[in-house]
Amino acid sequence: MISTSKRSIVRLVSVSALAAIAALGGCGKKEEPKPAAAPAPVAAEAPKPEPLKIAFAYIGPVGDGGWTFAHDNGRKAVEKEFGDKVVTSFVEKVPESADAERVMRDLASQGNKLIFGTTFGYMEPMLKVAADLKDVKFEHATGYKQAENLRTYDSRTYEGAYMAGVIAGKMTKTNTIGVVGSIPIPEVIRNINSFTLGAQSVNPKIKTKVVWVFEWFNPPKETEAAQSLINGGADVLMQNTDSPAVLQTAGKNKKFAFGWDSDMTAYSPEAHLASAVINWGPYYVKATRDALEGKWTGNSAVWWGVKEDAIDIVSISDKVPAETKESIEKIKTGLKDGSFSIWKGPILGQDGKEVLKKDEVADDKFMSSINFYVKGVEGKIPTGK
Amino acid sequence: MLRLEARPQPSSIMTILSPVLALVMTIGIGFFFFLVLGKDPLRGLQLFLIEPIKNGAALGELSIKATPLLLIALGLAICYRANVWNIGAEGQFVLGALGGGWVALHAGADLAWMGRGIVLAILVAGVLSGMFWAGIPALLRDRFSANEVLVSLMLVYIAELLLSYLVFGPWKDPMGYNFPQTITFPAVARIPRLIEGLRANIGLLIAGFVVIGCWVFQFRTFRGFQLLVAGLAPAAARYAGFSSRAALWTPLLLSGGLAGLAGALEVAGPVGQLTPYIPVGYGFAAIIVAYVGRLHPVGIVFAAVLMSMFYIGGELAQSRLGLPKSLTGVFQGLLLFTLLGCDTLIHYRIRRSLRIQRMASPPLGATGAP
Amino acid sequence: MDGLALLFAATLNAGTVLGFAGLGLLLNERAGIVNLGAEGIMLVAAIAGFAATVHSGNDWVGLSAGVAAGGFLAGIFGVLVIWLNTNQFATGLALSLFGAGVSAFLGIQYVQEKLPERMQWTVPWLSDLPWLGAAVFRQHPLVYGAIALAFALTWWFDHSRSGLILRAVGDAPASAHALGFPVRWIRFAAVIAGGALCGLAGAYLSIVYTPLWVEGMVAGKGWIALALTTFASWRPGRILLGAYVFGGVTMLQFYLQGEGIEVPIQFLSMMPYLATILVLVIISRNAAWVRSHMPASLGEPFTPGA
Repeated sequence: MISTSKRSIVRLVSVSALAAIAALGGCGKKEEPKPAAAPAPVAAEAPKPEPLKIAFAYIGPVGDGGWTFAHDNGRKAVEKEFGDKVVTSFVEKVPESADAERVMRDLASQGNKLIFGTTFGYMEPMLKVAADLKDVKFEHATGYKQAENLRTYDSRTYEGAYMAGVIAGKMTKTNTIGVVGSIPIPEVIRNINSFTLGAQSVNPKIKTKVVWVFEWFNPPKETEAAQSLINGGADVLMQNTDSPAVLQTAGKNKKFAFGWDSDMTAYSPEAHLASAVINWGPYYVKATRDALEGKWTGNSAVWWGVKEDAIDIVSISDKVPAETKESIEKIKTGLKDGSFSIWKGPILGQDGKEVLKKDEVADDKFMSSINFYVKGVEGKIPTGK
Repeated sequence: MLRLEARPQPSSIMTILSPVLALVMTIGIGFFFFLVLGKDPLRGLQLFLIEPIKNGAALGELSIKATPLLLIALGLAICYRANVWNIGAEGQFVLGALGGGWVALHAGADLAWMGRGIVLAILVAGVLSGMFWAGIPALLRDRFSANEVLVSLMLVYIAELLLSYLVFGPWKDPMGYNFPQTITFPAVARIPRLIEGLRANIGLLIAGFVVIGCWVFQFRTFRGFQLLVAGLAPAAARYAGFSSRAALWTPLLLSGGLAGLAGALEVAGPVGQLTPYIPVGYGFAAIIVAYVGRLHPVGIVFAAVLMSMFYIGGELAQSRLGLPKSLTGVFQGLLLFTLLGCDTLIHYRIRRSLRIQRMASPPLGATGAP
Repeated sequence: MDGLALLFAATLNAGTVLGFAGLGLLLNERAGIVNLGAEGIMLVAAIAGFAATVHSGNDWVGLSAGVAAGGFLAGIFGVLVIWLNTNQFATGLALSLFGAGVSAFLGIQYVQEKLPERMQWTVPWLSDLPWLGAAVFRQHPLVYGAIALAFALTWWFDHSRSGLILRAVGDAPASAHALGFPVRWIRFAAVIAGGALCGLAGAYLSIVYTPLWVEGMVAGKGWIALALTTFASWRPGRILLGAYVFGGVTMLQFYLQGEGIEVPIQFLSMMPYLATILVLVIISRNAAWVRSHMPASLGEPFTPGA
């Protein structure tokens, strides 16, 4: 039991500690948010308009070489394009939990007027903060709820997956290709299907095996998943996870694989066939321009792909035959001018029934709720049951 | 040459001073860290120590972080004083979230008649689930003498996997595009906020009551006294007829219930749904809070506030100074290390001596010089 | 059949990390010390090893760096727990937390780094055997090292004087002290050696198993290794077997997925932990059996003359 004298010692100590801290608080009071990089404004005669403060919240570390790395490159593109008209900053490794809301609010309180949240899990926190702070514009990647000051954007990663599939179909010798899946949401299933469709377009005998790690980013687990695909006979691998582990495992086993989200050539030059990358730059530049010119409106959803330079397949290895490289270029041109559609019938489901009739082109609504495998993909979509 | 000499009895001044000394040392090392990283150290310290408490909104955020730490640590303190090593508070937290979440999921249709009262049901469900999970190590130690450290630790993993199974499967939001999360709980099931505009909720009030309750229990009730004795001198406790069985079950059920309460508050409060990201490590951080707080309710309040300041400060240091997030873990670990080191001074004095002396007393049977 | 051989091989590889960590913790626990900081030690060793390999271009330099880092951190833990008699659980936890933070911090500039191209290790001639060749003989030398270590430790604990002294220190420190053994120094040595093995496990993870650095990449293997010592009732051979079982569970999951067998993966992942609890219950029921197997002074501080 604490006696009275100890009590007073506790009080004395805590009061003096608090006093010390308050004194400390007096010193560093200035609120000078550090921008990630900002060229010093040149002294001009006419007062320049205040630069637009833009902030980015990332789910992973900027050095992940995958998803977040790609977003950060987009941020850098914005800086390059607008120079001293903008000031950008970022917070990385913001978890998809109660902390996300606090970070968003803090970013807003720092004077950021345009805030990008780069993962699905920020949806609810962003909605809450957007409702409270109507003068701040929010952009949410891969989400599906909007508001007056919140809009969503996404990229057509399936186009990159399709083109990778074309290459995979050509390069496989066992006619078995593999995908390391992250979480069984429509986006990932669509990518698996598109990968398969692309491979089937050059090699109808293709089979696709899938294993799920149920996480976006877990290199040791991705390694094991990739190894089990290889053990099961796959010799070309693709992934929807965020690290280069799958590519490296392929390299170790003398098989082939692709880079995903960012250019991963350096991680295993021997195994790397191509990288299906996302360029967030063009969209981020557009969003910034909208905000700067007062043209920004919420309540909209944007889905960009090869046509808008948001998706590309790069660093195609010299092992890939020239004719395949040519057909990839043709596909890109076709996607850009609208003459080519990936999801154009006839397309069969796993059970052999048609999901798209001949010459029928899938619309965005169809594509955002894909929850079936196409013919050629082995296994069942995990329902968690 | 310095040596450590045992004190005749533990120093009461050092008991209070030790955490303060540890904090000062941690701040000092932090100062040095900031310098080495090329950042303004005063600004860095200000982010960790001032910013999180500087205004109402900040305090509101602090309370959200501190409440679960506080609740869990209070329970753990009772456990540790009774020499029951509950390391699985994280798992009990998750179970509490699951229990409370389950009730919240039914708030819309089945339990609409409860109206706002459902919040109480959620919290009770959380407490009971946490107690259930802590009851397992209690049972296994009671019946089979199985070590509760390992059982409770294994149960943490099992709890997390259970959460994962439920949000990926049976409890998944059917309209959620197959994302692993439940529906957002209806407004009626959300923990009421204390003040409009702040995220602080009544969990803070509940925690306040629990602090008082724990203090009363530990130091003013006979049962609490029994637990203290059981921890300090188990043989004496048995001799006095204090049930060693009760000394096992009571602390475990209490701490499990409190951890479960924290879980339910978290999930029906700031988060508002069940996702795989509910376990954030509060159960483990609370162990540190309990220690830094000297296993005493008042100390734990301070310690919980301090740890929360470290968490939030780390976030701020990231967004304002560009410092890496990992610094938070470094500081928290440092705090505990320095505390453990300073704690030695409670039982030992530092003395100067002219000769190098062996601390060990000479072994029996030895006849001469070492 | 070939698929099973490859599964076996992958399991051996996956279990090696847990095996080294488990054997290291075994050394600690046989001397009476519980080191909850294994996770932190493995993380710091992983980044230390990775960084050393990046800079030196040589795997073995990296692995040695990991071993050294592990021993060093364990040394700090040892000083606190053995000489200053701090609470073992709290100190170990602090080490885990601290290690996680420090490793993430130090690793920031290494996240995009890659190691020189990995080589495929094979045992000459033996690796061409049907089935066995693929299953067993295409592993990194350390995989065999772990097996050898388990054998060596089994012999050492049961048949060597120093091994018996260590066990005496763990079972009855007061008696060992009375017999003239420097109990604390012996414990300290065990802690450092154990930490060095945990360090080897961490470095193996970041250099051989997944040649990448990512923060938190140990992903709980340190905690699993703690369970292993109990699961294996403190016997080295069983620790290795348990390591293969625990390590193989993930590979088994993927194998089953690949074969189209539908089992909720979470329940599969729970198996090792449930099994540990079960084993704990079974072995603890018999107090006499426990006394003869579990180091009696596990977790308790020792002060000579106290």
